Amino acid sequence: MFSFAPASLADGLFGSWPTLLALSAEPLAHLRTLDILIITIYFAMVLWIGFYLKGRSNTGEEFFMAGREMTAWIAGLSFVSANLGSLELMGWAGSAYQYGILATHWYWIGAIPAMLFLGLVMMPFYYVCKTHSVPGYLDLRYGGGARSVAAISFAAEMILMSGVNMFAMAVVMKVVLGWDITFSIFVSSIAVAIYVGLGGLRSAIFNEVLQFVLIWGGALLVPILGLIQTGGVAGLKTQIMANMQSMTGVRSDSYFHMWRDTGSFAANPMGVHWTGIVFGLGFVISFGYWTTDFLVVQRVLAAHNLRAARMAPIIGSFFKMAVPFIVILPGLLGLVLLQNPDGSRRQLVGEDVVAACAVSSSSGQVEDGPACSAAMAKSTLPAAYQQKVLSGAPGSELHSYNQALPLMMVRYLGPGLLGLGITALIAGFMSGMAGNVSAFSTVWTYDIYKPLINKKGSDSHYVLVGRLSILIGVAVSIGAACLVMHAHGIMDYVQALFSIFVAPLLATILFGMFWTRATKLAGFLGLLFGIIFSASLFMWVKLVPAALANVALSPDAKPMAENVFRALWAFLFSAIVIVLVSLLTKPRPVAELDGLVYGATKLPKEEPAPFYKKEWVWATLAVIIFAGLNIIFW
Amino acid sequence: MHGSGIPIWFFIGVLLVIYGAMILGYGVFEWTTGAYASGVQLTNLHTPVWWGGVLAALGFFYVIKFRPGNSSK
Repeated sequence: MFSFAPASLADGLFGSWPTLLALSAEPLAHLRTLDILIITIYFAMVLWIGFYLKGRSNTGEEFFMAGREMTAWIAGLSFVSANLGSLELMGWAGSAYQYGILATHWYWIGAIPAMLFLGLVMMPFYYVCKTHSVPGYLDLRYGGGARSVAAISFAAEMILMSGVNMFAMAVVMKVVLGWDITFSIFVSSIAVAIYVGLGGLRSAIFNEVLQFVLIWGGALLVPILGLIQTGGVAGLKTQIMANMQSMTGVRSDSYFHMWRDTGSFAANPMGVHWTGIVFGLGFVISFGYWTTDFLVVQRVLAAHNLRAARMAPIIGSFFKMAVPFIVILPGLLGLVLLQNPDGSRRQLVGEDVVAACAVSSSSGQVEDGPACSAAMAKSTLPAAYQQKVLSGAPGSELHSYNQALPLMMVRYLGPGLLGLGITALIAGFMSGMAGNVSAFSTVWTYDIYKPLINKKGSDSHYVLVGRLSILIGVAVSIGAACLVMHAHGIMDYVQALFSIFVAPLLATILFGMFWTRATKLAGFLGLLFGIIFSASLFMWVKLVPAALANVALSPDAKPMAENVFRALWAFLFSAIVIVLVSLLTKPRPVAELDGLVYGATKLPKEEPAPFYKKEWVWATLAVIIFAGLNIIFW
Repeated sequence: MHGSGIPIWFFIGVLLVIYGAMILGYGVFEWTTGAYASGVQLTNLHTPVWWGGVLAALGFFYVIKFRPGNSSK
């Protein structure tokens, strides 16, 4: 999901694409016939799956919930895959290039505790109450007001995010392959609309599992070959430390420490503090996303029984812990392996620098020399190379951080393998978009259309509405993509939607699930005022950039810190509203909260199973590995 | 997947076999003719050959184990 992509991608790519697209630039890679064939076969396969599953998506339960018959493995892989978009792959590889192994926090503490909590603690309530969606749970717990606020905000977020993702991917395809932007948007979005529209959630989940395998098959070679070339991890570390000392103001080995230098904003390359990582990212953002975002929770709700539903996120946590191997490691390898045509070490720069130094297609020279010079002066590019760029010398083109992963692919992957790598990027994009539209379809049908527009439709009527909503959703997404193409200023606002909604929603659900005293009015007001508060903080920093120091509590804070601290304050604000209003209003009788609230619910007894099939065994193993990794890379 | 129908693992197996065969075939062509793509590093490792082989072998395993009608899956 795009909202989980790093700020560097959001701040960079979208701020500069008008320049990037307007001017000519040589694509990073050229595909051969074999590569095109591989990509074509992929599209044929996903469409075949959609047509094959059409006959098994006739009822509402089949279309929206995949018949609730997914195994723990399929639900777990789909759960992780829906989040593993190509923009995340490229964005976090770029972040690893910029910030080192600190970027791994978004994969470990930013995911694992929340995934285990979802499986062990929250899943029984989602599953036992048989809700179709997260807003549906709010309806059962707090009533229609909270449900409508959550459903409308979620549906709008999904469809806008889908459009943003669509356009962002088209930009990536333009920059990497030189593909026409309209072609990329229409081909990929129509393919997603067909296979999800035909097969519903089952088709989306099937393709997400397929895409997960392709992502690994296409991306795994880069770190393997990179490590061979650097002489292993020890060689990589030695070379990075030799390079970094001259480039950054932080200690040269900071790139290899996740926690050691987070006691001060200024001591680490990312400009974050451990309190923000632990409480903002590790708790509010991570728990908000992995436990309340319906995009991912929907995959687990499709499991065939409660044990599978609990195991799915736990299985997913192991794969999530492994993802940095194909994302973070290529970024680190890029620091020492990427080379200019003359053999010197290639330094990547921000998208703003690439845009400022764009070359005119007619003259072959930098369009705006003074702007380019000023932009490069803020970078760590050597002075001699800056001169080469300004003079338009052959082979002196600039590449951005976000191109670290494609550049590494081009370095190692020849014909066929490159097609597989590009297929992995396309697959990542399509799995994210399929997640957006399938979640949108369910929330639109069950939480907006059914309660607010037509309460008395038949099951087949709602399936039809669901199918149409996918087509309409994709069409609106294409419209949103066109909108941001022509008014890129709205991108920042769309990007912020997730971080604005997630914290108040988390507070509302946690209090609803674990506090019998939380009342209907408190849930509604906590969610509504929390969203308003969070949006206000966003606008404050947007209009007064210096306010970042207030929001993140330090003048040394960088934009990456803003999201985590804003989420933390919004969560606390919502929590206070919920507690205060609950204490002033009358709660529902505890008997009405069976199946919804911890302490008022008798959970069904699970079938006896050998110890190796029990969720707590695997969760314990996940915790041990998670703790071990954080200690190793302390 | 739980229930009847073709398992997703079969689809994955089919795709991996096709991809593996194509990449392996091209790798063998490269190796025998020496016509390596320019700019690609570590061609001496013959990556398409062994990676294509791994993909194809994995694909075959899934195709056979999860083929439609196989009751042992």
